[in-house]
Amino acid sequence: MTRTTNLKGLSRRQLLSRGVAAGAGFVIGVNFVSGADAAWATEMNALKPDTMATLIQMARDIYPHDKVADEFYAAAVKGYDVPDAVDDTEAGIEMLNGVARGKGHGSYIDIGWERDRVDVLRAIEDSAFFQKVRGGLVTGLYNQKAVWPIFGYEGESYSKGGYINRGFDDISWIG
Amino acid sequence: MAAPFDKTDDSVVVIIGTGAGGGVLANELAQKGISVVSLEAGGRYLPEDFINDEWDSFGQLAWLDPRTTSGDWRVAKDFSGLPAWIVKAVGGTTTHWAGASLRFQEHEWKAKTNYGAVQGANLLDWPIDGAEMAPWYEKAETKLGVTRTGDRAGLPGNNNFKVFEAGAKKLGYKEVHTGRMAINSSDYDGRMACQQTGFCFQGCKWGAKWSSAYTDIPRGEATGNLEVRERAHVLRIEHGDDGRVNGVVYADKDGVEHKQMARIVCVAGNSIESPRILLNSASAMYPDGLANSSGQVGRNYMRHLTGSVYGIFDKPVKMWRGTTMAGILQDEARLDPTRGFVGGYELETLSLGLPFMAAFLDPGGWGREFTTALDSYENMAGMWIVGEDMPQETNRVTVNSDVTDQFGMGVANVNYSDHANDKAMSAHAYALGQSIYDAMGATRTLPTPPYPSTHNLGTNRMSENARDGVVNRNGRSHDIDNLFVSDGSQFTTGASENPTLTIVALAIRQADHIAGEMTRGNL
Repeated sequence: MTRTTNLKGLSRRQLLSRGVAAGAGFVIGVNFVSGADAAWATEMNALKPDTMATLIQMARDIYPHDKVADEFYAAAVKGYDVPDAVDDTEAGIEMLNGVARGKGHGSYIDIGWERDRVDVLRAIEDSAFFQKVRGGLVTGLYNQKAVWPIFGYEGESYSKGGYINRGFDDISWIG
Repeated sequence: MAAPFDKTDDSVVVIIGTGAGGGVLANELAQKGISVVSLEAGGRYLPEDFINDEWDSFGQLAWLDPRTTSGDWRVAKDFSGLPAWIVKAVGGTTTHWAGASLRFQEHEWKAKTNYGAVQGANLLDWPIDGAEMAPWYEKAETKLGVTRTGDRAGLPGNNNFKVFEAGAKKLGYKEVHTGRMAINSSDYDGRMACQQTGFCFQGCKWGAKWSSAYTDIPRGEATGNLEVRERAHVLRIEHGDDGRVNGVVYADKDGVEHKQMARIVCVAGNSIESPRILLNSASAMYPDGLANSSGQVGRNYMRHLTGSVYGIFDKPVKMWRGTTMAGILQDEARLDPTRGFVGGYELETLSLGLPFMAAFLDPGGWGREFTTALDSYENMAGMWIVGEDMPQETNRVTVNSDVTDQFGMGVANVNYSDHANDKAMSAHAYALGQSIYDAMGATRTLPTPPYPSTHNLGTNRMSENARDGVVNRNGRSHDIDNLFVSDGSQFTTGASENPTLTIVALAIRQADHIAGEMTRGNL
């Protein structure tokens, strides 16, 4: 799973002109999903772009971190965009949208408030699909080295000589 | 004859496993001039190979062969296929262990006598005691370079310890320090001092933490008396018509079976694999498995009462910096039934990196209750609870023939349910842990459920009488005189201390016994 900004040669304006804005700040094109600000985009190999956009929103709603940008959630679920995963993933998202419609919404991604989306997720949280997505995110999201600094986590330290001279005991608020 | 040894050489001692028990025993025997073949299921990884990355290291070192679980313990729900977080590599779990090296307290050797009748618990006194073990503990502490023993200084306290210590002292606790650790506070025995790197659980890249992988194993090999066969996965132990064991059958890295003949066999594959091997070695003469006339093989599985408490503060802690477990509170390790339970517990500092915190903080949890905790990761302090759990006959390792491993062998099923005493102790320990952080102004505390077991104990327990256990006071099978158990599975009870120091002390003592018996012509 990699961060993808690979719609080569397209300007921001061209990119945005090729898609339609969806709820929750995504632009969905014929073969891509991007951020509404075009700061990132992911090209589709197997999944429908609508499905990917919904999956990204679902990922954020499962593990919402307001300081973590969409591109990291997109990278965390990019692994579902392969032929072997298409059927299960499309079916899972259709189930999600079905529950959303049953609660009076147009589709999952059209729901404006997080609490209402979480209400839909609660209704499917025992499903194999939800548990697969949630379980995959535990590593797919939190094991991305690029997100670690957002949480302050410093990762590998051996190459820097550990913390013996770099603040292992630098806490300032203990008397 | 010098290593390597021929598979038909029936004069060798075969040791299964190279960790705290098997690795130390192998070296101790080799130093005495005894020929040893050690069979290790995993590969060899040394400090230069270790990885400062939690998941990558887990993939490199952890025992990931299939296992199953049952019982009401939460690990069976959260990690159904991973009952234990232990290592498959030369050095065994001494690559992963935290380094905490504590002696048992005197009363803990005699749990049945000192705790009295505890309903549902299969308590038993060890056939040995603290006085008998004292010289062996001293040898073990010297071998491991344990801080705060001998003339070795303690480790300095890191950020996580400072929060823990200050909170504990505010509550009036006295026995709070940076622990007795097999991690060098200054250069010792050819190994350098701790560089406060963190990642103690991923293998110490400096070699500052003791592991048999880069101490006892190479030293034993240097004598010419020890051959370590890597990626040699033991399937069963065989015996002759006389009932004595005569060799060990293992699969090599290509899955090809071999039999190494043996004069003596010592089992040290940890408390899950050791009973599995004995049970999988059942024969016409021993239909219930080897050394199992008592029916106790696999029973009385103990894992220590464990859990974690994380505290979130309004200011940074950066708990991941520095030695992972150099911090302990020992006041509650005492025996004091007025607290509502027998046995005691230790609190020890602990940190996880962000990836493992996400996996272990609240397994299965999601939504903002979960993510807002991780948002404050930098401001978290953490501690681990380790207490004595009750041995129960029904908490046991059995062979699950419905699930097989890569060699077609039935896998180990680990069945565990918490005893009422465990639950009472757990409630006390969580409350204290949360109080310690509350005393420091925590804005939120998180009582985190147990991780897969790292302290696996008791499935081939030591007993005075053959009917009560599997091995005698020397770890020698009651049933078969040339079959030994050399790991934590021989623990009669678990005590409240991290077990490695006791496993090492027992291994040094067992080497002395085996060598003496060979000299006397009894083995």
